[in-house]
Amino acid sequence: MTVDWTHFTPWHALFGGILIGVAAALFALFNGRIAGISGIAAGLLRPMHGDRAWRLAFLGGLVLAPVAWGLFAALPEARIDAGYGTLVVAGLLVGIGTRYGAGCTSGHGVCGLSRLSPRSLVATLSFMGAGFATLFVIRHLIGA
Amino acid sequence: MHTLMSFVAGLVFGFGLLLSGMSNPAKVQGFLDLAGRWDPSLALVMGGAILVGLFAFRAAHLRVRTLLGGAMRLPSSHDLRKPLVLGSLAFGIGWGLAGFCPGPALVSLGTGEIKAVVFVAAMLGGMGVFDLIERIRGPLPAAAE
Repeated sequence: MTVDWTHFTPWHALFGGILIGVAAALFALFNGRIAGISGIAAGLLRPMHGDRAWRLAFLGGLVLAPVAWGLFAALPEARIDAGYGTLVVAGLLVGIGTRYGAGCTSGHGVCGLSRLSPRSLVATLSFMGAGFATLFVIRHLIGA
Repeated sequence: MHTLMSFVAGLVFGFGLLLSGMSNPAKVQGFLDLAGRWDPSLALVMGGAILVGLFAFRAAHLRVRTLLGGAMRLPSSHDLRKPLVLGSLAFGIGWGLAGFCPGPALVSLGTGEIKAVVFVAAMLGGMGVFDLIERIRGPLPAAAE
């Protein structure tokens, strides 16, 4: 293993992570809920009485974050290597997978591990492991 | 008030994803590519978030009501079932292929990135497929996390 020191951004990562933790903390303490983004989005597809507004507000905050950021500073670089076909397959897998798995990187990875939930640990190890394996396959087995 | 706090939480979450670099799929894939030139940033993002989360959720679990006086709705499920693992594995494959998970994809939507629109549409489609399958199979389980 070789560490990519030119792309490794420890301070931005740590402080960005702390902000994510603060967001999850606000949501847990004020709204009494888990900041699990896949669950919040999925709930909009079959809304129950009175839960549409807070779901839309949370997702609206996420989508408007880069707009607000752009008012004060240049947006950070983003590069999407995947082509359209891959993005469709990946999106479908993420959509179905996070529903059967009952959570994603935010719900299981951040909130679940913070709550010391055994379920979330199992889920996080599963999707991290699958992610590592996928990159190995596409970059070193077929992409090399 | 609940709606406003929801918006603030989403906004701060989005800022965190932007600041940490996690809204950049190439950087996420740089973390997942252990055999290549490895970028450990994502581990520190999780570490920073969990550091705050450990205290916040401990406090939240001790409370009966929220700071706004509403009901606490933190998940209480403890059962480990096969769909949890299989679903998470499928999610991980999709995450690796695109470098997107749901949060960063929604943030990228706000930058007007057309590839994010395609990914989010497919993701919502996948969630719809789940609803459809489960509706055919029987009563729906509640969306929790």
